[in-house]
Amino acid sequence: MKKFPPWLSNILMPFVGIVVTLVLWQAISGRVVQSRQPDGTMEESKAGLLKDLPGPITTWEKTRKYVVEPFAKREELDQGILRFTWYSLVIVAKGYAIALALGTPLGFLLGLSKSFTKMFDPIIQILRPVSPLAWMPLGVVLFSNTGRAANELAALFTIAVCAMWPTVLNTAVGVRAIPQDYLNVARVLKLSRWQTLRRIMIPATLPYMFTGYRLSLGIAWLVIVAVEMLTGRIGIGNFLWNEYNNGLYTSIVLCIVTIGVVGFLLDRAMSLLERRFKTA
Amino acid sequence: MSAHVDISRLSKSFATAKGPLVVVRDFDLRIARGEFVTLIGHSGCGKSTVLAMLAGLSKATSGGIVLAGRELAGPGPDRGVVFQSPTLLPWMTAFENVMLGVDQVFYTAARAERRQIAEYYLTVVGLGESMHKLPGQLSQGMRQRVGIARAFALSPKMLLLDEPFGMLDALTRFELQQVLLELWNRNRLTALMVTHDVDEALFLSDRIVMMTNGPEAEVGDILEVPFARPRDRQQLLADPEYYRLREYLIEFLNTRAYTLKGQTPRSHEPEAKPDGDGKPPAAATEKHSKPTSVAFTAA
Ligand SMILES: Nc1ncnc2c1ncn2[C@@H]1O[C@H](COP(=O)(O)OP(=O)(O)OP(=O)(O)O)[C@@H](O)[C@H]1O
Ligand SMILES: [Mg+2]
Repeated sequence: MKKFPPWLSNILMPFVGIVVTLVLWQAISGRVVQSRQPDGTMEESKAGLLKDLPGPITTWEKTRKYVVEPFAKREELDQGILRFTWYSLVIVAKGYAIALALGTPLGFLLGLSKSFTKMFDPIIQILRPVSPLAWMPLGVVLFSNTGRAANELAALFTIAVCAMWPTVLNTAVGVRAIPQDYLNVARVLKLSRWQTLRRIMIPATLPYMFTGYRLSLGIAWLVIVAVEMLTGRIGIGNFLWNEYNNGLYTSIVLCIVTIGVVGFLLDRAMSLLERRFKTA
Repeated sequence: MSAHVDISRLSKSFATAKGPLVVVRDFDLRIARGEFVTLIGHSGCGKSTVLAMLAGLSKATSGGIVLAGRELAGPGPDRGVVFQSPTLLPWMTAFENVMLGVDQVFYTAARAERRQIAEYYLTVVGLGESMHKLPGQLSQGMRQRVGIARAFALSPKMLLLDEPFGMLDALTRFELQQVLLELWNRNRLTALMVTHDVDEALFLSDRIVMMTNGPEAEVGDILEVPFARPRDRQQLLADPEYYRLREYLIEFLNTRAYTLKGQTPRSHEPEAKPDGDGKPPAAATEKHSKPTSVAFTAA
């Protein structure tokens, strides 16, 4: 058998995978069948393994308008898919920024101080697995008196508190892994605490920090959908929820695909950044 | 006149599972200003431990060190340290690695002057072309050149070198010995260098301090190296005196390093080797009961 050059198979193989998935999807999804009734009228009914799952072709036909005009704004609840995505990304970016701003210093403290770790590690381990669905109501309560910003603040709170943990833990691991040799350089040169932090500890920890940042971003993106469903903030998660309530299942599929693709792209972008710092 | 460096009754013990382990005991040494001293001894005898105490990276259990009239307390840039592996910071270029120390020591100088200092030393060690490369882009030997430049650029009161060429191949090691000697000839910094290599010690130093085996290692003997400076390797190798001194050092390492501590020398003579395996069991058990021998077998 002839082998394809790697670059070609790198494109070809995922393409084959996508096609296979689409075909399988089409095969198990529901389709509309027409049958002649005794009174002569045509009746439409659904058939198929998963009757209510729209297939790829139906999905495309029904959701075209969101995709071909991705940034259109027809009405508040009828906008292009990327416009919805953009709203979500903006809020994710803000919540993520808060997560990093809190998580990085906390990770440094944990990495630097054994007693600090002993004190707070159990609490972190308890808070870490709590679902965004559990945090969200607390956020709403906490910020209920902030008027129009309440929704946004609750959303930011939930994203930040869910997304910060990988940053905290990876940064702490990175700080503990700084080679003694590097710290000795700082000691021999009598660098100040601030200089040691800035010139030695932060650069030495960067690769670990970026691993944390990448994982945190994944969580932030995961959380946004839930947050929008609960708060009714406009965005892709909210769009998905509305369309579900309207019984438009094709839009749900479109949203799922979009959320997945965006999440994948964010992760790729972060791992490119991460690799840059690893080689440095 | 008092010595530039005065090490008196320096001892170091580590807490281990089996109680305190006295690695170095009553280590005494005086070094004159501008003198180049090497420290040789078997692996694990405590050379690095002594050096770390001088660098201030490890606290002496007892005894003291006076450098240029002041009792040492903790590390500081008045001692330039060159480690066995060049501990360059991988995210900084060679130049930035040197500048890190220069900025710290010459903080009163103008920025242009500080840059000149770093550039000067990097050029002298032969890195004029590649001083703006990251350590990852440099060979092992070149990295160690940066390590040497970094130490000299601080204009320290003393240089401390811990087997700086131990990880290099023979050819690169010769090259770097030359580089080190040339640099040292310009400033005549007081230096203490640890090495395993008898030829390296003879080529570089004014005095060679021989350390006995541990535990409780101490100074066993000191050899004056009479060769005039600047030295030339070829000339040295043609001098019968060189071989006499070399013999003397090897004899110390093979015999007196052990006997001074009441240990049985491990034979290094080729003809004695077959006997080595057929040693009487008594000697073998006795050896085993001593932690020293265990440390030595690691050599
Ligand atoms: N932190 C420590 N705790 C316990 N023992 C230690 C510690 N550091 C060193 N030692 C012991 O002290 C002894 C001397 O170690 P040192 O590194 O000074 O030897 P060395 O002469 O530099 O050897 P080498 O030539 O192999 O570098 C060794 O037996 C070592 O096991
Ligand atoms: Mg050593």
